[in-house]
Amino acid sequence: MSDRNEIANKATDSGVTANSNANSNANARPIAPAVDIFEDAAGITLLADMPGVSRDSLDVRLDGDALAVEGRVELQLPEDMQAVWAEVQAPRFRRVFTLSRELDAGRIEANLKDGVLQLRIPKQAQAQARRIEVRAA
Amino acid sequence: MLETMFARPQGIFDQLDAMHRLLSRSLGVEGSPGTIRSVAQGAFPEINVGRTAKSLEVFVFAPGLDAKSIDVVVERNVLKVSGARTSGVPRNDNNVQLYANERPEGKFVRAVSLPDDADTARVEAKYKDGILRVSVGLVEPAQPKRIAVK
Repeated sequence: MSDRNEIANKATDSGVTANSNANSNANARPIAPAVDIFEDAAGITLLADMPGVSRDSLDVRLDGDALAVEGRVELQLPEDMQAVWAEVQAPRFRRVFTLSRELDAGRIEANLKDGVLQLRIPKQAQAQARRIEVRAA
Repeated sequence: MLETMFARPQGIFDQLDAMHRLLSRSLGVEGSPGTIRSVAQGAFPEINVGRTAKSLEVFVFAPGLDAKSIDVVVERNVLKVSGARTSGVPRNDNNVQLYANERPEGKFVRAVSLPDDADTARVEAKYKDGILRVSVGLVEPAQPKRIAVK
């Protein structure tokens, strides 16, 4: 119970209001979204929880072998809103992943629905496990 | 509740209590990106509550749900949001190798106690982009009434 009081006090003490959340906290430390990552024979699938992020505020970019996923929470908040309880304190998500060589970064597919980002990264065609035929000499 | 249970005047329990609080603060629901994402019991979905002059706005950060399956109940001035989430991660599949499984799944319940001036007849809920926004109207403060003395 003391934890909950401290969080609530922190929200009101730091003067977190709707406006400051949207503007001055825009450069606040971003939250790393929770992800599920799994791999099958053809590639890797990544699911990320990014509630409040719509297609316009989602940014998925590739820099060399670093895949950066970034999103901004877009909430239409009334001007006079005072925060009573804030468990989510930063309106920005960001997480960076390093892709290994066998992944074909050029063919990434991204899908965003209800705040869940799904990325499908296929493996390079030649990196997929292939059965090598043994020819009789 | 757990903290007050262990708050005995002996030094050992006080230190354990303080350590527990420190750990849950650094690994818990504050939102700072930790390398190990440990989500305390009852911390999904996260909730923000804001208050305007006319309404109480409750934001529930719960992505990946079907809007029809979310259960929003107001009972005796307590707003309860419950539902279940499937994570979409294939299980029991030998061809699939799992590297990270941080997203919470399963049933969840979060409750918010509403203030005394909440008008429970005026509640609206909208689900968009993974955020459930519940607006609870607030009763206008009654104007002072003059009572004639007979």
